[in-house]
Amino acid sequence: MSVNVYERLWMWGAGGLIVLFLAVIGITAVTQAVQPPSHIETINPATLMDHPEFGDPQVKVGPDGKVTVSVVAEMFQFRPDPIEVPVNTPVMFRITSADVVHGFQIIGTNANAMAVPGYVSQFTMTFTKAGEYDIACNEYCGLMHHGMVGKITVTGGQQ
Amino acid sequence: MTSTGVIAGTPQARLAVSHIGVAIAAFGVAAIMGMLQGLSIADVEFPMRSESLYYMFVTAHGVLMALVFTTFFIMGLGYAICYAQLQRIVGMKTAWLGFWMAVVGTVAAAYTILTGQSTVLYTFYPPMQAHPLFYIGATLLVIGSWLWGGVLIASYVSWKKDHPGQPVPMAMHGMLATIIVWYLATSGLAWEVLFMLIPWSMGWVETIDPVIARTLFWWFGHPLVYFWLMPAYVLWYTVMPRIAGGRLFSDKLARMVFILFVVLSTPVGFHHQFADPGISANWKFVHTITTFAILFPSFVTAFTVIASLEIAGRLKGAKGLFNWIGTLPWKDPFFLAMALAMLSFTFGGFGGAINAAYGMNSMVHNTAWIMGHFHVTLGTTSALTFMGATYWLLPRLLGRELKLVGLARIQPWLWFIGMGIFSTSFHIAGLRGLPRRVYSGALAGEQGDAWAALTSAGAIGGVVLFLSSLCFVSVVIATWTSGRKVEAPAFEFAIPLEPVTTMGLWDRLGMWTIVGIVMIILAYAYPLATLIMTPRYGSPPFQPF
Repeated sequence: MSVNVYERLWMWGAGGLIVLFLAVIGITAVTQAVQPPSHIETINPATLMDHPEFGDPQVKVGPDGKVTVSVVAEMFQFRPDPIEVPVNTPVMFRITSADVVHGFQIIGTNANAMAVPGYVSQFTMTFTKAGEYDIACNEYCGLMHHGMVGKITVTGGQQ
Repeated sequence: MTSTGVIAGTPQARLAVSHIGVAIAAFGVAAIMGMLQGLSIADVEFPMRSESLYYMFVTAHGVLMALVFTTFFIMGLGYAICYAQLQRIVGMKTAWLGFWMAVVGTVAAAYTILTGQSTVLYTFYPPMQAHPLFYIGATLLVIGSWLWGGVLIASYVSWKKDHPGQPVPMAMHGMLATIIVWYLATSGLAWEVLFMLIPWSMGWVETIDPVIARTLFWWFGHPLVYFWLMPAYVLWYTVMPRIAGGRLFSDKLARMVFILFVVLSTPVGFHHQFADPGISANWKFVHTITTFAILFPSFVTAFTVIASLEIAGRLKGAKGLFNWIGTLPWKDPFFLAMALAMLSFTFGGFGGAINAAYGMNSMVHNTAWIMGHFHVTLGTTSALTFMGATYWLLPRLLGRELKLVGLARIQPWLWFIGMGIFSTSFHIAGLRGLPRRVYSGALAGEQGDAWAALTSAGAIGGVVLFLSSLCFVSVVIATWTSGRKVEAPAFEFAIPLEPVTTMGLWDRLGMWTIVGIVMIILAYAYPLATLIMTPRYGSPPFQPF
């Protein structure tokens, strides 16, 4: 039994389109590091309070000028709050949860990662505009989920 | 009598229609909740509006629509198609046992939700913990559906013995593929619920690993989407062209499409976990490839179904490039619902490709966009198809004429328009950063103002959807209780242009099941094993509701 010629063309077209999509995604992943946050690191949520980094989460500037922000998400706030970081500087975010699963989404940017107890999420981003940003929890975490909002203040630049 | 496709009045028809009845009851209850959720997000005050009620309704709406309405409907549809095409249902007692297990499970889970003890949403991510009966109820629902699958497979095996070397008729081929996908999908869920969630919720183990639980959930959660979609495709391929007066354009490719779903629908779950820690970017990319590959069978479906309908128009004498579209039976509520559902799926498909795109996903992950997306896919492509199918099934199962036909003709339009408003608003709001599942859209001062117009439009869409639901449920109740008794119409399926008459590559269901299992092993064995071997720290339970 034969396949109709138009349907054959359609299938080649559809297959070609899918290959094209995947090529674009694959090439940008390799050349521009367009990748989702996929860090693998575990941490004990029961002893988070005594943890050297997450016991008192802070913004730290290393000797090489690299900025690291450690964040604890918990019902129903982010710590530290507000977070202050410089503009046009790579900022590494390291995020974990003290209780249930939370989300960490910087509204108006592509920063979007899960905060999962027992794991550390990590990604690096550069703010190119100074100003105030909101961080929203985007995973249901209890009855005050919608009120779990933090702030990031990006300072510096030529304003 | 069944060789003519007339089955009303038989015990088999009663079995099928009982499932449909439970499905529609769940739908009706969930529809009211859906409208109230829409109002709440838009900050419209109504009596008893509260955080606890909102999140309880999100949980109940999700469970009742996504798990109960769909599963019962698909079970009922499966029995009807099986009896009409194979003239047998082997294991009627097992079938009823499955029905009652699923009913008891649903009631148990619903009880713990509506008493406020399981406000964990339908994704029930640990370490948020529900009442043990929530997990046990869900398990009973799934075991009930497993018995259904077993009964249909037994019926198929019995039919094969009587028809050696013959391929099973197309609609049943699609239902069997659906069952295979369901078994592959629920194996992940069974692992999560039986070995992790139930022991943990009973207090037998103290902690649970959230990432492993999420991984097993999405092993189930994405093929669940195809479990909803495949029965809709069965109806589009085999019933819609029949009602329109066309032919199935390609029997062979239709069979291929369902087999591709068996192979590709499960090894894709990481595209729901792009933002998760604990899974490497490389494995997320592997799942991106399979996710894009699964667009292919839907592209083929678009061609074959539309070509099948074009034949209908040509047979009625339509000559031009597009004027055959006007000759289609737009006044038939069944046809109208299916056609609008198909149209919605083109929008759903665009959105889905964006969700699956590895990098772009960061813009939309867990925002209101996702909610907008699955309301055009599950909420319209599958749900509107099932509503249309109800108008086709009820006369054939009950032997009663459809009542309130005027309402049945308006209902699909209302759904399509209401969902257009609802879904578009939330797609845009999501792109602007509105998180999904929030009691109130007015989060933090300025942001809330930016979203206000969109959430208000969403609420209006929700009200229109509720009116559509009201029309649907009214037609069902009126037909069921007081539809005129008539000689039941037969179950009839589209005749293919070139029927598949001998067992071909795409008819070897057993072989393809094995390929499906191998795909799951390839996609999950290494990342899961790596995770299990990493030193990990579990989480104790939390009940913040």
